[in-house]
Amino acid sequence: MNPLQKLAAIILCLIFALMVFATILVPAPYARQFRDVPNAAPSTAHPLGTDALGRDSLSRLLYGTRVSLLLAPAAALLSTVIGALLGTAAGFLGGWFERLVLAVTDLSLALPWLFLLLTVRALLPLDVPPMVSVLIAFLMMGLLGWQTSVRVICTAARGIRDSDFLLLARSSGCKPARLLLRHVAPNLRPLFYAQFWISIPLFILTEANLSILGLGVMEPMPSWGNLLRGFEDFSALAANPWRLVPLILLVVVVMCFQLVLPSQEVTQ
Amino acid sequence: MRRAFAVLAFSFVIHWPTVLRAETAGQSGSQLHFCLRGEPKTFNPLLVEDDASETIRYLTGGVLIRLNRQTQALEPGLALSWKVSQDGRRIAFRLRSGLRFSDGTPFSAEDVAYTMKALMDPQLHSPTGDSFRSGEGQVDVQVPSAESVVVTFPAPVAGLERLFDQVAILSAHSPKKEMAVLGPFYVADYSPGSSVLLRRNPNYWKKDKEGKPLPYLDSVRLDIQRNRDIELLRFRRGEIHLINTLDSEYFERLQKETPGAVHDAGTGLDSEFMWFNQVPAAPLPEFKKNWFRTTEFRQAVSMAINRADLCRIVFGGHAQPAFGPVSPANQFWFNSSLPVPKYDSAGALRLLARAGFRLDDGILRDSSGNRVEFTVITNAGNKSREQMVTMIQQDLSQIGIKMNLVTLDFPSLIERITRTYDYEACLLGLVNTDLDPNGQMNVWLSSAENHQWNPKQANPATSWEAELDRLMRAQASAVTDKKRKSDFDKVQQIVAEQQPFIYLVNKNAMSAVSPAVVGSSPSVLDPHTFWNAELLRLGADPALGAQK
Repeated sequence: MNPLQKLAAIILCLIFALMVFATILVPAPYARQFRDVPNAAPSTAHPLGTDALGRDSLSRLLYGTRVSLLLAPAAALLSTVIGALLGTAAGFLGGWFERLVLAVTDLSLALPWLFLLLTVRALLPLDVPPMVSVLIAFLMMGLLGWQTSVRVICTAARGIRDSDFLLLARSSGCKPARLLLRHVAPNLRPLFYAQFWISIPLFILTEANLSILGLGVMEPMPSWGNLLRGFEDFSALAANPWRLVPLILLVVVVMCFQLVLPSQEVTQ
Repeated sequence: MRRAFAVLAFSFVIHWPTVLRAETAGQSGSQLHFCLRGEPKTFNPLLVEDDASETIRYLTGGVLIRLNRQTQALEPGLALSWKVSQDGRRIAFRLRSGLRFSDGTPFSAEDVAYTMKALMDPQLHSPTGDSFRSGEGQVDVQVPSAESVVVTFPAPVAGLERLFDQVAILSAHSPKKEMAVLGPFYVADYSPGSSVLLRRNPNYWKKDKEGKPLPYLDSVRLDIQRNRDIELLRFRRGEIHLINTLDSEYFERLQKETPGAVHDAGTGLDSEFMWFNQVPAAPLPEFKKNWFRTTEFRQAVSMAINRADLCRIVFGGHAQPAFGPVSPANQFWFNSSLPVPKYDSAGALRLLARAGFRLDDGILRDSSGNRVEFTVITNAGNKSREQMVTMIQQDLSQIGIKMNLVTLDFPSLIERITRTYDYEACLLGLVNTDLDPNGQMNVWLSSAENHQWNPKQANPATSWEAELDRLMRAQASAVTDKKRKSDFDKVQQIVAEQQPFIYLVNKNAMSAVSPAVVGSSPSVLDPHTFWNAELLRLGADPALGAQK
């Protein structure tokens, strides 16, 4: 590990520790409204100020980190696994299977998923607990967000299929399963990681948009997504720069993950 | 060649702000510029239903009687005077003489008769005409002379003369049909999806105090722009002169930059309220239906809501706690004797105890031990409603009630509240443009579709709903305003006591007017900013809007 990677690892550990010990560390419950001080600047009582309803921003950030840092990577993992399986198989096998997978991918890209999500929300009972509603939202994101990964991975797998080393392995009598697991998949692993890391911020932002449609994390529960919704008013951001903290945290977390984990791949 | 193009492009980039400013200033002249928030569906004033068409009708239509948006008094328009008969069925107008439509066609009583017949023609399905339909039978229109008209309805029409504020007179003889108008402007050009250009009507009858012909403006350009952020941006850039309605968030944003351009005219007619589902067939547990049908439960919830905080925090002080179904802005019909809603958690708990509820370890339970918990639905994407629900959550938690929020897209929400009734409580708002209580018949009659807590009842479910039915019918058929007011005051009293709708806030009427516009006097009634369009003019500074 180089010093930069060590720093990234320390930052991630710190953020995870904050997330785990949020209950102890927060200055106030995340939903409690201090109505005398809405939109307050940072102070000793509220280190990151308060939001429009007077809720402590630090408490909301720490609890929001819990929700987003657990669920967005889970959704990203699900979509990447689907993308990796379909994309690798399609690129490696080629022929009618590749055409079929790509056609289904194109078709699903053309479908108005937004309406599907709205239908799902409309069909859900109203008394579903907020946490279940959140889990459903992230599950839907994971199940519906694999198309780009499939196309990228399929193209890379096709390149490997036609490579010399695979031809050599095949001529040495390697079985297709072994070819796939021992030769193709390891070469695609950096791509899987890349797709995974790219998906995390994407899903966090998607969750923010789904919240607007009523299918994300519902008030008063916080998430990075609904904390980022405060960015609609740019002039308010300029006047209250501390509100950028959730965005900064999102960028830092994604960068740290990208710095730390690919290096593990190389060392393996 | 490529170099010449590059120089040209560079020069354009350097001078672009100047070019843009010059173009903007050139366009302005005495042209008022603002946005419509949708495509006008019609230019026929009798068929107006949408806001965009209503704006055009207001600016182009000549009416017999005009409601002054500031004083809320009726003023003579094309009619010099009018008289309503004792039985409320007949209205006689004496018309101004020597007037002409925008195309030069003379105006006479025949045009009024033609308009009234067209308005009441069942084949036309005029939404404006529906307001006049009080009973079965034909409308009789007599023209005793070229300057007088008598219209007789088959049954009394409550608030008859006020309804004529919406009736733009058509020409019986003009080849231009409904495009010949008697208002201050006429439609000169329409580019679908883009803009509507109104030009000054050279034959407009009104003159200012010095005898100069009105309107002062040469034209009005209405850009079709659905996106409110873009509308705000254009106002800030000085590309448009008016924003007719602003919400508190945009108001605050603009106020920081151009404090002189934003106007808060005070409490408006719009209200925000919530209600509990009391439909007997609703797919809800019976014990929850019992809570929602209990008057003390509704009163307690109402009492536990801190409306002052809602106004201060969610609306930045640009709203007032709501008393009942009529806003104080409706000067005549508002019942000023209604009790001011007070925030009292302890009082709410006393009411709940009287109804058999009890507080166990901070959790409210009914007499059967069920925890009091319900879900409020509201439309997704409406930030202020989400914030209101979040604040009410905390208020109700003080009395042990757990309230959840679910936001739904609008069609799903409408489906639930009007068809499946699969919801527990709902928070929505009402945009009210009609001052007269008759406009609320479809809400208060127990048989009405918009009797939202329990719509389309065959017979009133409760005695107080039966009383509401009786009073609303009585006020609709009463001849004198005094009697109508007395009946409608009682309606407001019952609603305040029974709380079928828990009124939360009345939002202020907020708008933005460029300092370049002279003569603007924003009112609480719609259209807030251009209700006196004929008196508006652009000042010496044609650079419009935002003043840095």
